[in-house]
Amino acid sequence: MPQLDSTDTLESDTKKDTIVWLCVVALTAICVVLGDSLGVLYKYPDSLVIPLTGPLNQAMSWFVEVFGWFFKAIGWLFDWPILFAKTILHAIPWFATLILATFVSYRAGGVSLALFCALSILYMVTFGFWPQSMNSFALVVISIPLAVIVGFALGTWGFLSARAYRVIMPTLDLMQTVPAFAYLIPILLLFGFGSTVGLVASVLFAFPPMVRNTIVGLRGVPGTVIDSGLMSGATPVQLFWNVRVPTARRQLLLGVNQATMASLSMVIIASIIGGTNDIGWEVLSTIRKALFGESILAGVVIALMAMILDRVTNGFAMRSTTIIDDEMKKSSRLAWIICGGVFLAAIAFAQLIPLLSVWPKAWVINPAPAMNATLEWVFLEFREGLEAIKQVAFFFVMLPIKLGLKQAVSPFTWGFSMTPMVTAIYAALVLIPAAFLAYKHRILQAIRLVLLGLVLYGGLTGTAWIALCAIIVVLGWQAGGRGLAIWIVAGLAFLLVTGIWNPSTISIYLCGVAVLLSFTVGSAVGVWASENDKVAAVVRPIIDTLQTMPLFVILIPFVMVFKIGEFTALLSICTFAIVPAIRYTQHGLRNLPQDVVEAASAIGCTRAQLLFQVKLPLAVPSIMLGLNQTIMFAISMLVITALVGTDDLGQQIYIGLGDGDFGVGMIAGVGMAIIAMIADRITQSISRKMQAKLGLRQEMLA
Amino acid sequence: MSTSNSPTEAKLSCRNLWKLYGPNAASHLSDESRLPQNGGNAAELAQSIRDQGGIVASADVNFDLMPGEIFVIMGLSGSGKSTVVRCLSRLVEPTCGEILLDGQDLLKASPKELIDFRRYKMGMVFQSFGLLPHLNVFENVAFPLKLQGMEPKERTKRAERVIDLVGLEGRESSYPSQLSGGQQQRVGIARSLAVEPEVWFLDEPFSALDPLIRRQMQDEFLRLQQELHKSIVFITHDFLESLRVADRMAIMKDGAVVQIGRPVDLILNPADDYVREFTNDVPWELILTAGDIASDNTPPAGIKEVPASTKVADLLPYLAEHDAGVAVRADDGSIFHMTGQHLIAALASGVTDAAA
Repeated sequence: MPQLDSTDTLESDTKKDTIVWLCVVALTAICVVLGDSLGVLYKYPDSLVIPLTGPLNQAMSWFVEVFGWFFKAIGWLFDWPILFAKTILHAIPWFATLILATFVSYRAGGVSLALFCALSILYMVTFGFWPQSMNSFALVVISIPLAVIVGFALGTWGFLSARAYRVIMPTLDLMQTVPAFAYLIPILLLFGFGSTVGLVASVLFAFPPMVRNTIVGLRGVPGTVIDSGLMSGATPVQLFWNVRVPTARRQLLLGVNQATMASLSMVIIASIIGGTNDIGWEVLSTIRKALFGESILAGVVIALMAMILDRVTNGFAMRSTTIIDDEMKKSSRLAWIICGGVFLAAIAFAQLIPLLSVWPKAWVINPAPAMNATLEWVFLEFREGLEAIKQVAFFFVMLPIKLGLKQAVSPFTWGFSMTPMVTAIYAALVLIPAAFLAYKHRILQAIRLVLLGLVLYGGLTGTAWIALCAIIVVLGWQAGGRGLAIWIVAGLAFLLVTGIWNPSTISIYLCGVAVLLSFTVGSAVGVWASENDKVAAVVRPIIDTLQTMPLFVILIPFVMVFKIGEFTALLSICTFAIVPAIRYTQHGLRNLPQDVVEAASAIGCTRAQLLFQVKLPLAVPSIMLGLNQTIMFAISMLVITALVGTDDLGQQIYIGLGDGDFGVGMIAGVGMAIIAMIADRITQSISRKMQAKLGLRQEMLA
Repeated sequence: MSTSNSPTEAKLSCRNLWKLYGPNAASHLSDESRLPQNGGNAAELAQSIRDQGGIVASADVNFDLMPGEIFVIMGLSGSGKSTVVRCLSRLVEPTCGEILLDGQDLLKASPKELIDFRRYKMGMVFQSFGLLPHLNVFENVAFPLKLQGMEPKERTKRAERVIDLVGLEGRESSYPSQLSGGQQQRVGIARSLAVEPEVWFLDEPFSALDPLIRRQMQDEFLRLQQELHKSIVFITHDFLESLRVADRMAIMKDGAVVQIGRPVDLILNPADDYVREFTNDVPWELILTAGDIASDNTPPAGIKEVPASTKVADLLPYLAEHDAGVAVRADDGSIFHMTGQHLIAALASGVTDAAA
């Protein structure tokens, strides 16, 4: 529970809080001491589980039976543009595509991006991934305009009508927190196998960010611009298209950028249903066959594609606000015409030289066998070291949090067992600092320390459900008041009643450990990067790249080194979740009110004093938002790690997908969304409270 | 409080204008007998609305804008002056009242008519310029013409003419972000003039500019007005600015007009202490004329004679060297004596006594 410690600063230790927390500690203590003997209070009784999966599946199959033809028809309609895009993309010689893509990259991001794009395409071609890349790209190309149109229309509606806004926003929240995998199940059932599933899923996944950006952009148009448009005599329609939309252009293009990234990410994930011969499938199938060299080579293609799409769309969004005078407009038109000419010439040229159209199989560079051999050698050579790392992390960090010291400590791993003596020592280790804190009148902190000790002793999966629920509800009540508490009670009730409490606790545990690690390391790096420009210059491209990376790809190196299992999952989650922790900490520290920093320096703060006594306290709201985003990132990666064998909710979704079991997958998916939303609301409320206390306003980073 | 001119001559008349915010705003004014035009007291009504939790942004505002006149509405922030000008253009919907433009009530205009009013009869300049960031100078200026559906050729001609008028020739293809504040406001002015409006609203047009630029823009604004003779409502919070540009001015406080008159009337006869607060800081010598402070005495023979409208500032050097003072000839031909002593007395004791 990483939030516990940081909450102290924001709450005055009121009596009421103390009493409530004391009750929670007492409850938890009783639960830990009595353990299983509590019966239904310890383990939620199966008899109270409402079997929702059956009815859900029946409802779904009824739905498919009745409306299936409709979706099949839509699927059939969608097949055509996909087929069309694929045919075109395959028919154009790669050399011509290279020229066009390089030119577009040049327009968006200058020489360096153009060079990067050209080299990336050469990589795809010479390493033999061109056809698969184009299959994936075809889906992206079709889904982006659909997602943008749908997103823009819904965003406009939400902007114009307050009622629509109230419906759209929570729906988007839900859509963006339900894991991507879970989307696939109903789509698969409705549309049947094939590329359409990827397309539909990708549109559904990609339009929410467009909606958000449309609303933000349209709302952000300054009042005087609107007034001046009105005074120019604009009709409502003119006002919208000639004033609002162009003024919001940059935000809209950022929406296109985010929609593009989401679309690509979903297209890759959707290849999990198989049979698509695209680049995602290439990675997945080679991972499954433990062909790591091949999967890395294919994973690089995805990464390159993501980076190019991101930089290009982002480049156009940023450029939309820079100045173009008429000269430049003219020369730009000329450049496009020339590019078109060269493009056509390249197509013709490729007819003469077949090499430029289809790269010969014999010329494909394939270092995969060599890579596999090298990897093999490395593993043999360093196996003990790697195993040791894994074992230590597993037995001394992960297992205690998962099962509790009570069960994790055994002679086999720790060298001793949890005898009454050891338990007493542990209790003393917790109680003495707690007593010290209490003596210092930091009672709330003392209570939380005891609570932490208790939960660590019992373990997340080994603590009675009633105690865990109480802790979460009280935390929510403190952060967001009664409304949030009631909301959380309802959410937790869903997890219990649908019988997914156990996998949920495993999800919470995996996510919790990952968040703890990545937040600690990430905020430390963020502090460092905020104080040191050189570090920042190194860190920035790394986190930028990690963030654009489709989640799949992050798995590959860890699976290679540590094989499947929870440890691999943990590392992958940490790698992804560290991004916001670094970013927000650095952002918060670097964007403080300048006058405060100057005043502190003028008073004579040393650098360390400045950092710890001025900057960090002021940056706390931003850092809290970083924690919030860290949790969100962790959860989205957590679901993907089901591929490497976790036994949490993500795995249930994955199983649901594999068996076409709508009920199982959907309940697990909604469960995951509930966990994400609870964590989100609690951390956001805390952050908001802190901001209010500091009188600051913190905008969310995109 | 009201002007002596008859309403029929006015270009634009604002009658009993109220703007209330808050829940059930309109219901506060439903009792017609309490309205000032029916014998009620505006100040009492406004206070009772405030007591009930309503927000009164403008309370019974009345004034006439004469053709070719610069009418300044002056007030501190929150006094309701921006609300009034926004009500005049119906960017803000008044709660009740009448806005007569050439005798036609704007508040009764349909949305379509309103758009036509804005397209052909009104121009407005905003404090924060309100330029469209994605259009260059020329396109910004031509924007209202484009919305009207004017032919590109005619549009270009008109836009270029106003761009020349505000001195931005050569910057047509620049974008707002490339211009200084002063230049951006020139674009704003050009855009509002492009439609050749009959009434021109300027909402604190120079408040966002540096003092030197502001001064320069005020001069240019006056120069433009000498050429164009628009009927202008000019909003400002700067009393000195209003003295510089106003033909007549209104001072607002808490949504109500405190006093209307020529600047010199306000200075010489402030309606209350609130108005006097502003006039205290005024450099009298720039406002007062020889006629305002000359004594009733007959001047000795043989001294220099000046017309009564001479600004006293212009007399300072002469009076410094000539203890005998000057003879002041009033418009009706009568002649009075004025010495440095009179001037000092006037400046020292406040103008009220000196002018009496």
